[in-house]
Amino acid sequence: MSALLKPRSEPRRNFKYVGQRPIRHDGPDKVTGRANYGADFTLPGMIHGVVVRSPHAHARILSIDTREAEAMPGVKAVITGADIAQNRAQVSMGEGSGDMHDVSENCLAHGKALYHGHVVAAVAAMTLTQAQAAARLIKVQYEKLKPVLDIESAIAPGAPILHDHLRTEGRAAGAPDRPTNIAARAVLERGSLEQGFAAADLVIEREFRTRMVHQGYIEPHACVARYSPDGQVFIWCTTQGPFQVRGACAAVLGMDLGRIKVVASEIGGGFGGKTTIYLEPLAVALSRKASLPVKMVMTREEVLRATGPTPGSRTRIKMGMKKDGRLTAASVTMHCESGAFAGLAHRSTAMCCLSAYRIPNFFIESHSVLTNKPKVAAYRAPGAPMAMFPVESLLDEFAQKLGMDPIDLRLLNAVEEGDAAPYGPKYGPIGYRETLQAAKSHPHWSAPLKPNQGRGVAAGFWFNAGLNSSAVVTLDADGSAAVVTGNPDIGGTRAAQAQMVAEELDIPVERVRPSVGDTDSVGYTDVTGGSRVCFATGMAVIQAAEDVRRQLCARAAKIWNVEAEAVTWSEGAAHPPASLDKKPLSLKELAAQMARTGGPIIGRASLSAPAAGPAFAVNICDLEVDKETGVSRVVRYTAIQDAGKAVHPSYVEGQMQGGAAQGIGWALNEEYRFDAEGKMENASFLDYRMPVASDLPMIDTVIVEVPNPTHPYGVRGVGEVPIVPPLGAVANAMARATGVRFTELPLSPMRVLEGLDAKG
Amino acid sequence: MSRLHVETTVNGEAAEFLCEAQENLLTALRDRLGLTGSKEGCGTGDCGACSVLLDGRLVPSCLVLAAEARDRQVTTIEGVAEGGKLHVLQQKFLEHAALQCGICTPGFIVAAKALLDRNPDPSEEEVRYWLAGNLCRCTGYDKIIRAVLDSAAELRKEIA
Amino acid sequence: MAVVHFPNDWRRHTGGVAQLHVAAPRVQELYDELNRRFPGLGQGLEKAAVVIDGDIYNEAPYHKLEAGTEIHFVPRIAGG
Repeated sequence: MSALLKPRSEPRRNFKYVGQRPIRHDGPDKVTGRANYGADFTLPGMIHGVVVRSPHAHARILSIDTREAEAMPGVKAVITGADIAQNRAQVSMGEGSGDMHDVSENCLAHGKALYHGHVVAAVAAMTLTQAQAAARLIKVQYEKLKPVLDIESAIAPGAPILHDHLRTEGRAAGAPDRPTNIAARAVLERGSLEQGFAAADLVIEREFRTRMVHQGYIEPHACVARYSPDGQVFIWCTTQGPFQVRGACAAVLGMDLGRIKVVASEIGGGFGGKTTIYLEPLAVALSRKASLPVKMVMTREEVLRATGPTPGSRTRIKMGMKKDGRLTAASVTMHCESGAFAGLAHRSTAMCCLSAYRIPNFFIESHSVLTNKPKVAAYRAPGAPMAMFPVESLLDEFAQKLGMDPIDLRLLNAVEEGDAAPYGPKYGPIGYRETLQAAKSHPHWSAPLKPNQGRGVAAGFWFNAGLNSSAVVTLDADGSAAVVTGNPDIGGTRAAQAQMVAEELDIPVERVRPSVGDTDSVGYTDVTGGSRVCFATGMAVIQAAEDVRRQLCARAAKIWNVEAEAVTWSEGAAHPPASLDKKPLSLKELAAQMARTGGPIIGRASLSAPAAGPAFAVNICDLEVDKETGVSRVVRYTAIQDAGKAVHPSYVEGQMQGGAAQGIGWALNEEYRFDAEGKMENASFLDYRMPVASDLPMIDTVIVEVPNPTHPYGVRGVGEVPIVPPLGAVANAMARATGVRFTELPLSPMRVLEGLDAKG
Repeated sequence: MSRLHVETTVNGEAAEFLCEAQENLLTALRDRLGLTGSKEGCGTGDCGACSVLLDGRLVPSCLVLAAEARDRQVTTIEGVAEGGKLHVLQQKFLEHAALQCGICTPGFIVAAKALLDRNPDPSEEEVRYWLAGNLCRCTGYDKIIRAVLDSAAELRKEIA
Repeated sequence: MAVVHFPNDWRRHTGGVAQLHVAAPRVQELYDELNRRFPGLGQGLEKAAVVIDGDIYNEAPYHKLEAGTEIHFVPRIAGG
C-alpha cells in the first residue's frame, strides 16, 4: 500500500461515475455563505494582530522601539525580529525545497528591510482598532539604502547588493566569486548553436519582457493561531498545504513538528500563492507572548504590496528555421526578476521554454535576479507562461514570413512520444499533436474575422507534480463511505475524489462524503498545487478504495468460510467461488455486518508519486483592437487541453476557463507598477486591473484525452497548463490585428498606441 | 470609546448591534451579527465579495457605514434561500458548476438576484456588465453567466 | 546496467562525460558510485530530482534499477 507507483498498465476505459458531472459536495455550503474561509473563524478570547511594514524598499533597520506600543491599553504582545531566531533549515514548500532562512526573513525582517512592505514588527491587541493604533506607535529607525528596481540595474556592475553573502548558484565555470544580485542560473544545451544557425534559412531574434503579476486570489491571507501553555500549537489558516504550514512554522519558530496542528479552512483561491507562509508564524509568536489566540487577516493592499507575485522577465531569444518550416536552432537567455529573495523560476523557465518542439540545437540560460520588491511565490505553472510566450511569438512570426498556417507550423515541429524533452528524458505518451489537430479542426479556427480583429494561436506545456499523498476511506454501516485527504480543495477535487471512490466501490457519488483532513487526521500530504491532486492524491484515493474492496472480500470469505483468494469482486458485490451455492453479497450487506465479521473497515493508502505525464494545451484568441484608443477586447476564445482522463469534466473546463482568464489579464492589463522609490503604485483591485465579466466572452473548451499510462484512469494534471498559452495567443492576435509585433506585456492601451505610432 | 447602537432589519428579522462610528456594514454583519457569508476581498468596493442589498439596492457593504443600516432593510447571502429551499440562482450555480473556490459566490448570487429582481430577461451583455463589479479569479465567468441566464429563464417559466 | 545521462552543466565535473553505463542495484548505490567517480558533483545529486525512465522523482533512493533503465537529472520543481 505504501509504495511507489504501480507498474504501468493500460488505464481503464469504461467508467460509471468518473466522467460524470455530479454537484460538488461542498457546493450547498458555498452558495449559501455557510462555508468557512480563513477569516471566518473565531476562538474564545481571541485577540487581533497586525504587522508593521517597512516604508522603504531597501534599508538597514537600526532600531525598533516598542515601548509606547506595549504600554498602550489593550495591547497584549509585540514582536520584532528579536523574537524569531534566524535559521537555515530546508523544508519542502510546494515550489521545490524552500530555504527556510529566506522564508523566515520574509515573514519578519532581521537587520534589513528588503522591499516596501517588508514586515519589521507585529502587535496583538484586544481589538483590531487598538492593534492598528499600537502599530502606529512602534518606532523604527531606518538607514535608507539605494533600491534596485529592475533587472538591468540589479545585474549592472556596482549595483546595490541585497544579500552580501549571496553567490550565484549554478554560475558558469570561471565566473568571479563576488557579491551579486543574480541568485541562480540554470543551463540546458543540445547540439551546436553555430551549426544550427548556419543551417537556417530564416533567423529571427527579439527581446521580450513581462512584468510581475499577482495570483489575484480574492481571499486575502488569514489565520488564527493559539499557543497553549503546554507548548501545543493550533493554527487555522487559508492555505494550499496544511502540512507545509506546519513544517514551515516549526522550522521558523524552532518548534517540534509534532506540537503543531494545522487545520486548513476553505480556501478562497491560491494559484500557488498560498503554498508558502506569511502571517502564520507571526500569529503563533504573538499568541505565545499574549497567552491568547491571535487572529491576523491581511488587507488587499497588504496582499498586493507584500505577498509573492510571479517574476517579471526579460528574454533574449533567437531562433533559426529552414524554409520548409523546420526549426534548426534556438538560443534563449532569460532573466527573471524574483523580488528580494532567490526564486526558482530559473529552473522551470529553462525546462519549459522549448518543451513543445523538436529542436536539434539549443542553448538555454535562465537566471533568477533579485530586486527590492516582494518575494515571489509560485503562480500557476510558475515560469512557463513567460518562458513560452517568446517562443510562441517567434513561431507566429515565422509562420507569417513563410506564409504558413501557424498550427501547421507547430505540427511540423511538435514533440511526440519518444522525443527527448529539452531537460533530458524522453516523453511518454503526450497529447500535443492531438490538441493542435483539435484546434485546427475547431470551427473557431476557420471562422471569418471582422475589421480590426486578429486571430492568435499559441501552445502551453506543464508537468504534473507527483509528490506525497495520503488517503483514508471509511465505510459506514449503511453502505456509504467517507474519504479524507490532506489536500485543500481549490477547484473541485473533493467531487472528483468522491467519484473515484464511487467508481471503485460501485456506490452512488451522493453516498460518498469527501473531506479535507487536518494534519492530525490524515497522513502527510504535499500541497494542493502542481496539478497533482487528481493525479497523485487521486491515486491514493483509488488505492484506499481498493483496500476497502479487499477487506470486503475478506469479510465475505469469512461469512462463506472460504479462502479470501477465492472471492471475487464485481458490480458492487463480493462473489463466491463457482463451487459454492451462495448469492453474492453486496457492499451494503457486507457493510451492515462489519461489527460481527471483524470490526470497522478502513481503507488506507499513501504514496510518493513521480511527476509523470505532462499536459499540453492550445488556445485560439480573437482580439478586436480599437486603433484610436489602444483598447482591445477578446471577442472569441477557445481553450483546448489534453486532460488524459477528465474525472469531472465541468471542473476540468473550469480550470481551462479560469486559467485562460488569468492569462488574458496577464497579457492585456495586469502589471505591478512601482515608483522611483520602489513603492507599488497600484496596490488595489481598482488599479491592479484583473479581467471582469464584461471583459471576456464565453470561453469555449475542448478536452482531449490521451491517457496518462502512469495513472489508473489515465488522469493528467489539468490545473496549471491553462495559464500558459494565453500570453502568446493574445499577443499573436494583437500582431495579426495591428501588423505590429509587440514584445512587451501587458498590451495596455498606452503600449498599443505607442506601438501603432511607431509603425506609422 | 463609546459605541453606536444600531437597530436594523437583516434578512427579514429585527437585528441590533453596537458598533464603532467608523465601522463599515461588512464588519458589523460579520463580527457583530455573526453573518460571515459576506466576504472582504478588498475593502475598497472593487471586488463585490461583500455585496448586500440595502433597501433592495445592491451595495458593497465595505463602503457602507454600519450606522447607515439603522432602520433599513439589509439582505445578505444568508437571506437568499427561503427557509430550507435554495433560490433558483443557488441551484443553477450548483448545476452549472459556476463556482470553484466559492469565495466570490455569495457576492455574485446577491448581485445576480438584484439584477433579476429588476430585469427578468437580461441579455448576456447586460448580465456581464451588471456583474462587472464582482471579481472572480477562478472561473473566467463563463459558467457564472450561463447560470444566471439559465436562472432568469427558469424564473420566467415559474411566473408564466 | 543503468544508462546515466548528465546535464550539460554537470559535465565539467564528469570530465566531459555525457553518458555513462553504471551497474548499480538501486538509485542510492548509483549515487554512491557517481559520487565516488566524480567528487566534483558535490551536493548536485542529492539536490536534483532524478528521472527514471521518464518519471520525475524528487527523491527515490531505493528505487530498483533494471538493465537499460534511463536516468536523467533535472531541477526540483513542484508548481503552484
